[in-house]
Amino acid sequence: MRLIKNNIIQRDGSGSVTLCPEVPEDMWHAYNLIRPTDILRANTIRRVVTKQSATGTTSSERMHVTLTIRVKSTDFDTSAGQLHISGIVASENQHVGLGQHHTLDLELHRNFTLEKADGWDSIAIEILKESVKTGNTAQLWAVVMQEGLANICQITEHQTIHRQAVTVAIPHKRSGTSDYEKAVTKFHSTLLSTLLRHIELPSTPSPSNPPPPLLIASPAFYAANFLKYIKETATSTNNKVLLSYCSTILTAHASSGHMSALAAALASPALRSKITDAKYARETALMDRFYELIRKDDQTAWYGPKEVERAVEKGGVGRGGGVLLISDSLFRSQDVRTRKRWVSLVDRVRDVEGGEVRVLSSLHESGKRLEALGGIAAILTFPIPDLDEDDEDDAAEDGGQGERDLLQPLGNVERGVEQLEL
Amino acid sequence: MAHRRVKNIDYDDDEVDDYDQEEYGQEGEGEELSPEDQEQMRQGTIKVREALGSDYQASDKVIQDALWNYYYDVGKSVSYIKNAVKPATPKKAKAKVETRFDKAASSAEDSAYGSPACIYHESDSSYQLAPRISFPFPIPPANQRDTATTRDFFYDVPWLHVPHQRLGHLSLVPQIPKGGLLGGSGKSSKLAALAAARRKKEEDKKTTSPSVENQSPDRAISLLDRLGKKDALPIRGSDSPSKTAPPEGRKISLRPKPAPVEAKEPSPSIEEQEEASPVESYPIANIKADPSTFAEAMLGLSRGDFSPSPQQSRNTNRRSSIKVHDFSISNAFSGPSPDDVVLTAQAKVSKNSESPAPSNPVSRQPSPPRKNRNINVLEEYERSDQKNAASFVVIGHVDHGKSTLMGRLLYDLKVVDQRSIDKLRREADNIGKSSFALAWVMDETSEERARGVTVDFATNYFETNKTRFTILDAPGHQDFIPNMIAGASQADFAVLVIDASTNSFESGLRGQTKEHALLVRSMGVQQLIIVINKMDNVCWSQQRFDEISQQMSNFLTSAGFQSKNITFVPCAGLTGENVVTPIKQETAPWYHGSCLVEVLDSMNASQRAISSPLRLTISDVFRGGTNNALSLTGRIDSGSLQAGEQIIVMPSGERASIRSLEADNNPAEWAVAGQIVTLHITDMDPVHLRTGDIVCSASSPIQNLTSFTAKILAFEHVMPMFLDVHRGPLHVPGKVTKLLGTLDKATGEVVKKKPRVVPPGAAARVEIEMEAPVPLEKGVRVVLRAEGQTVAAGLVE
Repeated sequence: MRLIKNNIIQRDGSGSVTLCPEVPEDMWHAYNLIRPTDILRANTIRRVVTKQSATGTTSSERMHVTLTIRVKSTDFDTSAGQLHISGIVASENQHVGLGQHHTLDLELHRNFTLEKADGWDSIAIEILKESVKTGNTAQLWAVVMQEGLANICQITEHQTIHRQAVTVAIPHKRSGTSDYEKAVTKFHSTLLSTLLRHIELPSTPSPSNPPPPLLIASPAFYAANFLKYIKETATSTNNKVLLSYCSTILTAHASSGHMSALAAALASPALRSKITDAKYARETALMDRFYELIRKDDQTAWYGPKEVERAVEKGGVGRGGGVLLISDSLFRSQDVRTRKRWVSLVDRVRDVEGGEVRVLSSLHESGKRLEALGGIAAILTFPIPDLDEDDEDDAAEDGGQGERDLLQPLGNVERGVEQLEL
Repeated sequence: MAHRRVKNIDYDDDEVDDYDQEEYGQEGEGEELSPEDQEQMRQGTIKVREALGSDYQASDKVIQDALWNYYYDVGKSVSYIKNAVKPATPKKAKAKVETRFDKAASSAEDSAYGSPACIYHESDSSYQLAPRISFPFPIPPANQRDTATTRDFFYDVPWLHVPHQRLGHLSLVPQIPKGGLLGGSGKSSKLAALAAARRKKEEDKKTTSPSVENQSPDRAISLLDRLGKKDALPIRGSDSPSKTAPPEGRKISLRPKPAPVEAKEPSPSIEEQEEASPVESYPIANIKADPSTFAEAMLGLSRGDFSPSPQQSRNTNRRSSIKVHDFSISNAFSGPSPDDVVLTAQAKVSKNSESPAPSNPVSRQPSPPRKNRNINVLEEYERSDQKNAASFVVIGHVDHGKSTLMGRLLYDLKVVDQRSIDKLRREADNIGKSSFALAWVMDETSEERARGVTVDFATNYFETNKTRFTILDAPGHQDFIPNMIAGASQADFAVLVIDASTNSFESGLRGQTKEHALLVRSMGVQQLIIVINKMDNVCWSQQRFDEISQQMSNFLTSAGFQSKNITFVPCAGLTGENVVTPIKQETAPWYHGSCLVEVLDSMNASQRAISSPLRLTISDVFRGGTNNALSLTGRIDSGSLQAGEQIIVMPSGERASIRSLEADNNPAEWAVAGQIVTLHITDMDPVHLRTGDIVCSASSPIQNLTSFTAKILAFEHVMPMFLDVHRGPLHVPGKVTKLLGTLDKATGEVVKKKPRVVPPGAAARVEIEMEAPVPLEKGVRVVLRAEGQTVAAGLVE
């Protein structure tokens, strides 16, 4: 995103920014940035109804207007990269009166101005900084596959977008028929055509603007077989673009063809060297470390909101290795108080305790893994046993309730994502 | 079945219509001779006439037709015309004697050809086979193959207003009911109408042709004569004269269907009729009617020739069946004598008048639906003195010799003959992997052979005096554990193969030896045979054997196997010692146990839930040969099934019926739990079938679940996490949403509520959510895997 105007006053965090989204990824940032109760001003189209005659006939007209709304809810379409923001008109103009409802669709290359009702907090500033960073357009296509099943997804700096799944029923080997081979060929050709439809290779090879690299991950040799098939197809059809693209294809090992196997594939050494500074690689590595510690069971890794909060209170997430892992979905909470709770926790770890804070994208595999753990986890500097011990007593009333509330928005987001992927 | 047939008919009808239109366009163009064609035709006619000399009387028309059909090939045309015209002379005399015959024949020709427009255009019953039957000697038209000559016969007959006297006996059978196999529904089909239109054009052309006169009587006789002369009959083929020759430079439609229709085009008489009639009869096919003799004759010929692939839709049925149909006709004409043909025709017509709608030969192709005989399978099972049937899965670490051991077993039991083994040996030698020859008995795909590793589980059968065994040879490699789970889910007991060589055993124990053992245990396998393989590598050392046995039994008992259910057998798969033949005393004097086959034989089959509702896990969906469009295999987990039964496949919820079934590789009428069966099913689209689906009885289908609570035994740390849920061959991504509590392994009581993490070896109750609905019910065993490791095994609650 381009920062057009920055009117934020450092002292109290009030003020507004004007931003211009340039790539689809920016919509994701905007989605994380724009919260209910914020004031958003953007260009939009609205159907304006005018009363014309005494008989009460009306006519309506679609017109471009610049509207300012107080945000009520946001809706992000992952696969299309579209963000719909609905709210109540906050400043009237000649066409639209105060208090009317309106849904703004943010569009690429159209400025919008955002003002936070309760000021810009550290997380919001951080997202803003992250979003206006230039040049981080690391992008990767990935196919996670096994025999008869493949998932095509696009990995960007901040999101993993599941594009399509390809399934072909493959019969077992059986002497005397070539059904198996036929089915495998059919699977490969279906997968390749589907993949190419998504990647949209240029019609001529252009060295200046190469398409993003492709990762094929699978158990055993299925990835290698598919790569071989791509090469053969490119050669036999004399497809120069595809042939030159073959050199950018990487293969890696994955434990299965399901999306959950992608994280492990991204952590593979072959890939590390290529995408090492990408955010998702760091996040994956961090999550792996967390799981490692959990397995060791030395009480230095904890997950869950209450446990982590307690650990922070006890100073466990401090200087010298303390890491707070938190999913960005927690900050998208509709409830302002809940958001404040996490923001203050992050602030405390970062500023007071001196620990490291990692906000994981809930659209990456690593973020999803974290979400399964409740959206928050921590690696402690020293073992603190039994953080969950006194949970037993108030689990039924207070703790359980709080946890459920907390998980609610996560559930929503996830359901939304699932629907979109479908 | 009936349902299927009706569908077929609808479809066919459309197909035919489409086809007609296409054909018409083509033919319509074809009628007009281009100037080049005309010139070629003219020259060709002159050449042919020269070649024929004066011995043969052939009209220009005949010559031209012949040329047309042979694409202006003079030589072929000449020989054809010679064949067609030559026999005229001797037959003349005969015909003169049998005047009545002659008369009848010619009038038959007249009626058949002289009024083609009536035949095809009018929708009354004037066109029936019946008129011909009423002739005293109705031979000629029935067998008419060559039409070019017949055509000339009726050159002078106007095509609508046929002189009354020429209609001959036609008026005798107006009462014949409409419809039927040959007569069609009485309404002329599009096909017929088009043919008639074409005929009319030809007719028009003929009237302008100068030399068509005076041929008719001779021609008729020559035709009669040729009927008896098989060789002279034009055989269908690319250059057959009975085929409509498209103008030069034009391709015959590439669609597979046209063959039969094209073939009949030049034939105005019975060919047309026969071809058209099945088309006509589709919509009126009466399922209950007996098949006509004709249909039966055709079926007899065509059964078994019919092989639609499962993927292809029903129009393929149609297509291939037309081919068959066509084939049977050409056979019929090359085979039987003219009299036979007439008899057939008579029978046909009489049938026709009795039953207005004989069954349609096309829809008869697949054998009729099996009636559920309502066998009481349980009783039947108890009465049957079947041998025990048992299936076992062969498991173990990669390269420990599972496939080779099984290859050796099958070879020594003479299930695989010496010749195939020799062949495999040669092939293995060729790529420098001679030691893999025996493994290749099980590993059949090129991938597996080239890489020397089993990928998918292989199924094979053998029989001892007591038991019929099914071998499930599982892959050992870590990446193929889903396939191993699929195989193990079908097994009654397991054979764990361990490499005795130094280091191999140790690395296996860290790897899949351990994982496989845990997996089969968690899938409910109680009995285990441990085969300590490659004993020849360690010189049959008793010390090594004891060491491995010791370690393994420690581990296995801790994994929940009872020590009385574990048997250790030393052997050498590659060389075959102690596999089928007991080991010699001098090699291993310390071993007094039995050989592998004896141990296998001594296993008792586990108790099976025969009386529960039917559950069968599909392990493969395939095209089961030429007669079975859709087949599936799998093990009956519980209940029983029989041919003709209605089934429901979950999660799609689609119904199907079992046409026939094979149990343990032999045809059967019924099967019970524990058996691995192949079902040939009908009335289902293969898209609804996936490996891992559950076949249930229609009365009590299994439910689809997206989330469930399970009691699990953790092998790794379990916390809320993403994992794959395996249920037999089926696996779906899912996640653990909640850890409800850790349990006491012995009592099942909750030890700790809401644990943070379930450590390896602990039992716990967890909630699992899956991304797709999966057919599950209480008591189903699932395996949970993440990142290539088996995390836990569970029991659905």
